[in-house]
Amino acid sequence: MITIDSLSKKYGAHTVVDDISFVARTGRVTGFLGPNGAGKSTSMRMMVGLTSPTSGSASILGRRFADLPNPGVEVGVMLDASAQHAGRTGREILTIAQRMMGLPAHRVAETLELVGLTETEADRRVGNFSLGMRQRLGVATALIGDPSVLILDEPANGLDPAGIRWMRDLLRGYANKGGTVLLSSHLLHEVEVIADDIVMIGNGKIVWQGSKTEVLGAAGTVARAPDMFALRRALEASGVQTSVTDDGAIRTDADSTRVGRAALAAGVALTELRTAHGGLEDMFLELTANTQRERKAA
Amino acid sequence: MTAITIDPAREERIAVPHVPLNRVIQVELRKMFDTRSGFWLMASIVIIALLTTVGVVAFAPDTDLTYYTFAKAIGFPMTVVLPMIAILSITGEWSQRSGLTTFTLVPHRDRIILAKTLSSVAVAVTSMLFAFAIGALGNVVGTAIAGTEMVWDVSLARGANIVLGSLLCLLTGTMLGMLFRSSAGALVAFFVYAFLLPTVSGVLASIQDRFRDLQPWVDFNYAQGALFSGTLTGEQWANVAVTTATWLVLPALLGLRLVMRSEVK
Repeated sequence: MITIDSLSKKYGAHTVVDDISFVARTGRVTGFLGPNGAGKSTSMRMMVGLTSPTSGSASILGRRFADLPNPGVEVGVMLDASAQHAGRTGREILTIAQRMMGLPAHRVAETLELVGLTETEADRRVGNFSLGMRQRLGVATALIGDPSVLILDEPANGLDPAGIRWMRDLLRGYANKGGTVLLSSHLLHEVEVIADDIVMIGNGKIVWQGSKTEVLGAAGTVARAPDMFALRRALEASGVQTSVTDDGAIRTDADSTRVGRAALAAGVALTELRTAHGGLEDMFLELTANTQRERKAA
Repeated sequence: MTAITIDPAREERIAVPHVPLNRVIQVELRKMFDTRSGFWLMASIVIIALLTTVGVVAFAPDTDLTYYTFAKAIGFPMTVVLPMIAILSITGEWSQRSGLTTFTLVPHRDRIILAKTLSSVAVAVTSMLFAFAIGALGNVVGTAIAGTEMVWDVSLARGANIVLGSLLCLLTGTMLGMLFRSSAGALVAFFVYAFLLPTVSGVLASIQDRFRDLQPWVDFNYAQGALFSGTLTGEQWANVAVTTATWLVLPALLGLRLVMRSEVK
């Protein structure tokens, strides 16, 4: 479990992180979402003690990061996969981590296999690694100590579609086994797919937080029926505001349960009933509108 | 694929032992050798020691073929290479950004700096013992070739002074590494420290009588020089102590403060 309590970071008069509080819970993947420069990375660096906060605190497993006796075996951290000495081999970087944590030597080969780096790849110097390989190595460094908490900054960055799927399955499985995962991303779709809880940050402030179901519920529902007229009438009759989308479906702000019930009550067969697409995206753009660089275009 | 289990479901681990300092030292020592540049920097100590010994045997006049000549010839390049090793060991964490991992695995930067300093000292002492051994070999072989008598003119006390002088050079590197936290900046600063400042000080001393009297008390390099050329008087020891305090200890404390406070990005 990660507890962030009123964490702030100011550089002179400039506030980068402004009084954020949230909890990343055990057994769940928490997505830390925000546009570029919103303060995600600064917040994560404060969690692990690389940047000292101006005020507030962060605790991991109930303790300050610096008070963890052997942090590597309790918290896996990957802040920037490219931040490695380019002249070391992948295996050497992992070996350094293994030695520092005092783990048995066989963990290196096991972890390489876990993240899908081959023996030959691991013996290449990191300077020659592709971004995807660096990302896998970074995740390996985070996982080698078999920690119960993961803090990952943009873990999907640079991965190909198969790699993204792999990362998603890995983190999902990890949380399902009772681990805590906090990952940051500006890739909305990625977070929408993997996260259980979402913390949205814009301009250093938390603009929204809640579970993914809440985000999706808030996004509204899209429905279709062979008899669109009957469906719309049934929904309006049950007090649901409707509108017609560009491609002729009915969109409402109500959740899918309510729409389904209204259709059933009126005896209207549905051919499609789903959460409105781009729910998270719309919400994200709306909530972070005044922090976006592309304000005019949005 | 074999089933490799990750089992995160242990939130309350009981008594995870601390990362002991000797483990940090071992890892930091390993990190000095495990890159191509690091390896060749270390190898250069051996190579330079051998080359200078051969050079002394080949070119030094027969009357100068004494152990001290060998020790001095091998020792000088070391006073340049050792500080570089100390500098890069520290600045690499920032310049190569590996500190992001290092300082999260051990979230106590003073421990990392201590481990790095101790491993640099270990490398330096080993290198110097090696230099003394190569110098002795050169002395035996050189005098045999030249047919002159072997002269062992480095006493234990004198040898200890040379080791101390070299360690001060090395620690200057450690200090500059902490102060600058950038390989390029620290290396440039080292050359200013080791070559530019002594030259300026020398010129000043030659044109200004008042500065000449002051020089041993303000010129770190000048005061250190005494350690390499024999036994020291009480005043010379005082010179070493005063210049070390002002040019090494004080800036090192400032550097450590910067290391502790700076952001690692």
